[in-house]
Amino acid sequence: MTHIRIEPRSSWLAMEWREVWRFRELLFFLVWRDVKVRYKQTVIGIAWVVLQPLVASFIFAIIFGNFARMPSDNLPYVIFAMGGLVPWNFFANSIQRGTGSLVGSAGLISKVYFPRLIIPVASILAGLVDLAVVLTALIVLMLIWGITPTLAILTLPLMLLLAFGIALGASLGLTAINVQYRDVGYAMPVVMQLWLYATPVIYSSSLIPENWRWLYGLNPMVGVIGGFRWALFGTGMPPLAELALSLSVMIALLIGGVLLFNRMESRFADVV
Amino acid sequence: MSDVVVQANHVSKEYRINRFQRKKTHERSLREDVVGLLTSPFRKRDDSGSIDSIWALKDVSFDVKAGEVVGIIGRNGAGKSTLLKILSRITRPTEGTIDIYGRVGSLLEVGTGFHAELSGRENIYLNGAILGMGKREIDRKFDEIVAFSEVEKFIDTPVKRYSSGMYMRLAFAVAAHLDPEILIVDEVLAVGDVQFQKKCLGKMSEVAHGGRTVLFVSHNMNAIEQLCGSAILLEEGTLAEYSHEVSSVISRYLSDAVDETTSPFVWANAGNKFDNPYFKPLKMSLTNADGDSISGVVNRRDAVWLQIEAEIERLDSALIFGYAIYGESGTPLYWSLQTDAPQEQWLKIKEGRWVFRSRIPLEVLNEGHYRLELIVGLYYVTWFCAPGEKGPVVYLDVHGGLSESPYWVSKRPGVMAISTEWVGDLK
Repeated sequence: MTHIRIEPRSSWLAMEWREVWRFRELLFFLVWRDVKVRYKQTVIGIAWVVLQPLVASFIFAIIFGNFARMPSDNLPYVIFAMGGLVPWNFFANSIQRGTGSLVGSAGLISKVYFPRLIIPVASILAGLVDLAVVLTALIVLMLIWGITPTLAILTLPLMLLLAFGIALGASLGLTAINVQYRDVGYAMPVVMQLWLYATPVIYSSSLIPENWRWLYGLNPMVGVIGGFRWALFGTGMPPLAELALSLSVMIALLIGGVLLFNRMESRFADVV
Repeated sequence: MSDVVVQANHVSKEYRINRFQRKKTHERSLREDVVGLLTSPFRKRDDSGSIDSIWALKDVSFDVKAGEVVGIIGRNGAGKSTLLKILSRITRPTEGTIDIYGRVGSLLEVGTGFHAELSGRENIYLNGAILGMGKREIDRKFDEIVAFSEVEKFIDTPVKRYSSGMYMRLAFAVAAHLDPEILIVDEVLAVGDVQFQKKCLGKMSEVAHGGRTVLFVSHNMNAIEQLCGSAILLEEGTLAEYSHEVSSVISRYLSDAVDETTSPFVWANAGNKFDNPYFKPLKMSLTNADGDSISGVVNRRDAVWLQIEAEIERLDSALIFGYAIYGESGTPLYWSLQTDAPQEQWLKIKEGRWVFRSRIPLEVLNEGHYRLELIVGLYYVTWFCAPGEKGPVVYLDVHGGLSESPYWVSKRPGVMAISTEWVGDLK
């Protein structure tokens, strides 16, 4: 017979991983719901996923590529910009949704038991569908432009995993704090805007002076975007140093995020 | 441990109230905390025991055995919902532990997690998963759920197009098919129309009599009386009573629930009001069959008498007295006068101080709140206490005891609620 003991507080570290596993079907259903609902009552539906970065890329191409004549690693600017926007949008949307996820599920949290970790994880997983669609569109666009991917494309999932891990780690901490301090939700758009400019999305990282690269690389998305472009376009060398930094930051964020989340979890239902 | 399936040991729950706003909102902004830290950096952050906290539950201990159906009653704010939330693991206790042996399912709300854009079919799966059912389990019960909900035709329509009744039926259908070993239910029955409540109660009694362990919070005393084998009474966060004598727990709850300031059940003549030599009212109150005073909150099965004390100094054969009873909307239900019976059965009135009593026929009254007004006068001559004017008044609250029938457990429409006789002949 199953025995549960309800106690005042879990310890800092003891995450109930077995409970998370037991509720994996709920995780699946929450992801499925998010995907299913997202483009309801729109005419062109999921095409929006492609249209948004595509239009943005054309605008960047005109402004930065044509007028400002910024370097684009010898690629058509539209493709270059898309190569940055696709992973960035996935990342930024993940953080946005992840941060708001607990507060957005207040109704569930205060009425039903399940491991709360499922909520932010589901909200980020749901973004993978968008990513798959827009990635396919980007590859089609590349082929139209006559750019064929190299074998480096096989490392693409690793780059995306890295982006996923960073977004998850950051979201776990942010969404937990957001339950108590709604300020986080208001601050995030500004932070993401700044973060975008601190990341080589619409410009090439070759613009950054060599001796500042290490500092620049502390932004984990520098490695991810650089790695993503390399994997997709196969130009130049893989940014190994930046990727290593990204990986370290991701691990730190995940550990910190889980600890913070776990620490605050017991009060979610009372505070949300 | 024999067959105890829920064991609560000294469970307490503290809620902290916002230090800066001193109101029961839990939303804090970072600025407020930072400002607080800057202005009083040495104040102890831990403020347990100070006025900033409320103990929603205090040292509650109880055992529930397998197969027991336990009703949890208490006023608003007594800690019922907090207890259910801790039992269903939504929130943790501040102190104490609860051991639970068996798979728990909890229904604190019907339709949690329903999404308006999704179809009925999709919501069954989503809601089922949220309540803790696996996909295969839902697959297996799907047809049954749909049949119970009576929305077959619209099962692929988004639920935002549903009427609220259809929505509730579907939501309850999913919930009703949850079958854990221990079920925790909160006031789910308070929603929906009468028809729907019937159905819910029917299902609940099926569950309750099916050998499942159930913890059930409700304000519906009839439902508690009918479904539960024992009852817990919570008062201001503490466990006031836990007993298998459900009706005695309910009586205690009802008598504690009386709000005497707004609905007095005793009227006493302060000073010299309604002064007249024929029938001067002194006191009006409610008593049981033995003449002992009782409060104005009663069960329909109770014997309740209206007692009138009066001073009679001069006799007049035209004297009439009695009471008028009014329902919640102020509708008069009936008058009852001492002179209603044939003349030879009237009381032989003499001068002196009298105590009159009249049994109130609760068996015809519905659940509700009633006003009893004293009527005194000389027939076709004058009123001393005229009906509908500011005469002496006492109030009566009828709760529970409607019927022994499992199909009549909640208040029905209508001013009256009567069990009438039925006969039948097979032809």
